[in-house]
Amino acid sequence: MIAIYLILSLLIVIGLFINRNKIFEITFATLFAILQWGMTIYACIHFRNTELGYFTYDALGVLLLLTLSVISVPALIHSYIYLEDQGAPPQSRSIYFASIVLLITAIGAGYLANHIAVTWIFTEITTLSASALIYHHRNKLSLEGTWKYVFICAISITFVFIGILFLSLSLLHAGSDDLSYRNLLENSARMNPFWLRLAFIFIFTGFTAKLGLVPMFTAGIDAKDKAPAPAGALLASVLMNLGFIGIFRFYTVIANTPLHHWANLIIAIAAFLSIFVATVYMIKVKNIKRMLAYSGIEHMGIVMLGVAAGGIGYYAAILHIVLHAFVKSSLFFQFTQLYRVFQDKNIYHVGNYFKYNPTGAMVVLLGFISATAMPPSGLFVSEFLVFKSLFESSQIGLLVGVLLLLTMIIWAFGSNILKILFIPPVDFDDSKVPVISPWESLTQFVLLAAAVYLGLNPPMAFVELIKESILLIPN
Amino acid sequence: MVDVLLIVFLITLFYMSIANRMRTYVKVLALQGFIMFFVVFFQLKEINTLNLIFIMLETIVFKSVAVPVFLDYLIKRNKITREAEPYLPNFVSLIITTFIVIVTILLSNSIIDPYLDKIFFVVALSTIFTGLYFIASRRKIITHVMGYLVIENGVFVLSLAVGNEMPMLVNLGIMLDIFASVLILGIFLNKIGDVFKDVDVDQLTSLKDY
Repeated sequence: MIAIYLILSLLIVIGLFINRNKIFEITFATLFAILQWGMTIYACIHFRNTELGYFTYDALGVLLLLTLSVISVPALIHSYIYLEDQGAPPQSRSIYFASIVLLITAIGAGYLANHIAVTWIFTEITTLSASALIYHHRNKLSLEGTWKYVFICAISITFVFIGILFLSLSLLHAGSDDLSYRNLLENSARMNPFWLRLAFIFIFTGFTAKLGLVPMFTAGIDAKDKAPAPAGALLASVLMNLGFIGIFRFYTVIANTPLHHWANLIIAIAAFLSIFVATVYMIKVKNIKRMLAYSGIEHMGIVMLGVAAGGIGYYAAILHIVLHAFVKSSLFFQFTQLYRVFQDKNIYHVGNYFKYNPTGAMVVLLGFISATAMPPSGLFVSEFLVFKSLFESSQIGLLVGVLLLLTMIIWAFGSNILKILFIPPVDFDDSKVPVISPWESLTQFVLLAAAVYLGLNPPMAFVELIKESILLIPN
Repeated sequence: MVDVLLIVFLITLFYMSIANRMRTYVKVLALQGFIMFFVVFFQLKEINTLNLIFIMLETIVFKSVAVPVFLDYLIKRNKITREAEPYLPNFVSLIITTFIVIVTILLSNSIIDPYLDKIFFVVALSTIFTGLYFIASRRKIITHVMGYLVIENGVFVLSLAVGNEMPMLVNLGIMLDIFASVLILGIFLNKIGDVFKDVDVDQLTSLKDY
């Protein structure tokens, strides 16, 4: 099935790329959505099976694939609305749709890959398709964003490759040459620790460009700012999960070696610095999209803190990354409507959103409550569990530091969001404000509700999937 | 023989660090591709012939002909000045490159590993770090790209070190090479030349937070 999925998606990408007709465009996009869901359901039914040798429908892969499929449908719908509203020329429409389909396919295949090199290849393909999306507007600023993204991603991909080379050196000591995760796990006791350390540092640094952690987070911020918001929603949620899966699968291997504590230390340092950096920028930032992007950095910091703390933290980390994907993508989808009202993304020129689009304003408000992890948000549960795991591993100093930083983030985030919602903007001519259909906010309400539901009352199957993904990590 | 070639490869780095003209950089990159062609030929003995021919074709056609020719074309087309304009004087560059090489030699001497071919490790690591240094110390976007190509050559040398045991990794390295070079050079450098008149990184500072 995965072979059929990849081939059909590739055909759809080519079809979308050469097609200039709107009806065919909708047909192809719908076909792809059906294909994506068909693949997801197939993966759920054939749980734990391996196909083509390189793809396994394991718990973590299936969980994140479900998240991807849930988010990809509204992403396609909002992309269509966005391009209609912009009156984009047929050529740029076809490039946009072809690259968004390619991006979703590559992310999905990257989740399911059971071989570190295959994960790496699909991460490369996401760079290609994401850069086409970032360059959508074809102006000076988007070119700058694209250039920075491509260059930093190219360097980080090279870093991952260097890491894989060191890993292969380490694996030679165990007398094996198969780089699949399962084989790495089996040989984890016999691998050379020196090369394994180097491999972990390089692979971790490389994947941080996708995950959005210190040190390589910068490229992602520019990308999410310059890409059209529906594509930005994918970059800010499911693409970050691809970086997470790259790190987490390799971390599972490391956790079974004596280097476990050392790796935790590296991750904890990167995670804390990410939250710190996010705080500094959140206080200063005046561009709404960049603010949302920095909030993503903060959340990834919390996720990785959960991983570093261990215990219940692993569970919380995976729960958090799924819920964060729902919340952040819904905020990005809402941004397209906000931009249509104000034609600006600077906080100074935006305000009193409740007056112009009450339904959308409710999304912003609920999204803010969710993103800052206030109850009843599902993120409250996962964040609470992360803090609990920090407490249990007696990292009280770290916990206090993180809590202080999070307080500042909530203050900065809140003051900006409340300004958007209630305080009228200066010199804003509201005679030309378009009427926005409340139905456009429906997908965001669904996503936010899903985040609440999965956090507060997780279904049994969901809990089982998370528990199985962390089964291989020793406590 | 491989050792001699790799040492020549290392010397090209020193030459690159004191080179003044853009054209020289392009020539050094072509020379590096040419050296790697022979290194592949002498080093990869246990690989099947078809794969070996593919790898050798890639080094000679892609690394030492196609990329340099395209870089030349870009320099002419975008009317990039012929001077490299580094932030630091050449003498300092030379000292830093030497320092990098010495540190990697010391580092590799501290590693005791029967599976590791040390000369590959030294050359690869110093090439990677020199490439990073080039990126940090040069002003033009195109020299950043050249720094990236130098890093890729270093990675390629490193992948040759394990090439006999895991030929798949050499192929992956080639894939990275072609993919990233085509993406960076082909698509964006062309566009950047159209939009930004003078291709300096100083112009890429408009994306701000407020």
